Amino acid sequence: MEKKTCLYDRHVALGALMSPFGGFIMPIQYSNITDEHNAVRQHCGVFDVSHMGEVRVTGPDAERYVQHIFTNDVAGAPLGQIYYGMMCYPNGGTVDDLLVYKMGENDFFLVINAANIDKDVAWMNEQKDGFNIVLDHQSDYYGQLAVQGPESEAVVEEVLGLPCKELKFYTAKPLPVGGGREGAPVIVSRTGYTGEDGFEIYGSHEFIQQAWDKLMESGRCKPCGLGCRDTLRFEVGLPLYGDELSADISPVMAGLSIFVKLDKPEFIGKEALAEQKANGVPQKLVGIELADKAIPRHGYAVLKDGEVIGEVTTGYHCLSVDKSVCMALVKTEYSKLGTELEVQIRKKTFPGVVVKKKFYDKHYKK
Amino acid sequence: MANFLEGLYYSESHEYVRVEGEFGYIGISDYAQHALGNVVYVDMPEVDDEVTAGEEFGAVESVKAASDLIAPVSGTVVEINEALEDEPELLNKDAFANWIIKVQLSDPSELDALMDVEAYKAHCEA
Repeated sequence: MEKKTCLYDRHVALGALMSPFGGFIMPIQYSNITDEHNAVRQHCGVFDVSHMGEVRVTGPDAERYVQHIFTNDVAGAPLGQIYYGMMCYPNGGTVDDLLVYKMGENDFFLVINAANIDKDVAWMNEQKDGFNIVLDHQSDYYGQLAVQGPESEAVVEEVLGLPCKELKFYTAKPLPVGGGREGAPVIVSRTGYTGEDGFEIYGSHEFIQQAWDKLMESGRCKPCGLGCRDTLRFEVGLPLYGDELSADISPVMAGLSIFVKLDKPEFIGKEALAEQKANGVPQKLVGIELADKAIPRHGYAVLKDGEVIGEVTTGYHCLSVDKSVCMALVKTEYSKLGTELEVQIRKKTFPGVVVKKKFYDKHYKK
Repeated sequence: MANFLEGLYYSESHEYVRVEGEFGYIGISDYAQHALGNVVYVDMPEVDDEVTAGEEFGAVESVKAASDLIAPVSGTVVEINEALEDEPELLNKDAFANWIIKVQLSDPSELDALMDVEAYKAHCEA
């Protein structure tokens, strides 16, 4: 039985197409994916992302613990700084990709993928021996909205009355609004998963419901479902756990080494990832552009001279550039830009060429 | 709401056949195009290909997913609707006017296994 977010009734009232995702019943689209996609690229859209999980790590060893489980480096971070990175297994495979918010000295807010909540929390608990920390699993308390698009700053400031202008890219602040419980304030951050400027807002269910209602009443922000969330993140080359990252796909294979700080003294998976970086990996994530309009989908085979050399992880007819493109995990020898290969789509094979994994440029406000 | 057209034969997988003499025009129902959302690509067979009742002969792709096209009847493809190559969204505009393939029916008795509009409407509402 899927869980419902605190906005479930509102989605149903809006006539959204609802579908299971990551253990939740979520809105896939309200009107259609293309219109919602374009609203985010051109104006402003709001997503219910309350399915995401939240864990607060506090205690005297909180920073040392986060450094231990996380591939990015939070040492000496200023308050409010946010880091993207992964939790990895000792063999370098990915447990999850996540955001780490530094909310205070030895006080971190971790945002994890819905589908991985149980697995991640169990993993975090298994790793805490020898660390004097408290893990507070807050997923059931927090709802979350993502307000995304070039007009999102004005919408968050003017419609929601939340000060966000001063926030730099990948920073956050707790706000003294919306009640909240001890250790779980309303948080606004300049982050997102669309390649546009935007904000993510965490708060109690009541706070998130009120914020959603204000956004809907304003008419300045289109409700957007997970359908366009996927097309938006895909176009700008952002990975989705389960597609581009998994227990079998390390961040090095996925081309995310920039978020793996091998100069840190230690973290889980460091040795394996260092070895992968030094000696190479058998498979790499690439972008592929097709000449034809046929659409490569997750799981379709990638071929070279008739031999299977990889698999599509995500593919679409890219809405912003009107081309059929995909990300695919292929044997490293075929991962060079410009390599010609084929993608099997149903009974036919279609020629494609390896291109950068970013099919559309991000428009962040930094 | 979905439009249901009389005089066509419908399959459970939401294809229709419009029969003209020895030929059948095969497409997807208005109900199907609604359910799919924005159609962005139609994968069609080639002229002279054989299609077999109950078997896949192509696919209709929306932004999110690919849906197989299942032949409601058997026959030889004599024409494909080339307009769909450049404008797949025609299926969203009028699914009944924009058939996908025209086949020469090899066994017209197969039509007996398909639904009329009333039965198909009931099938969609079930």
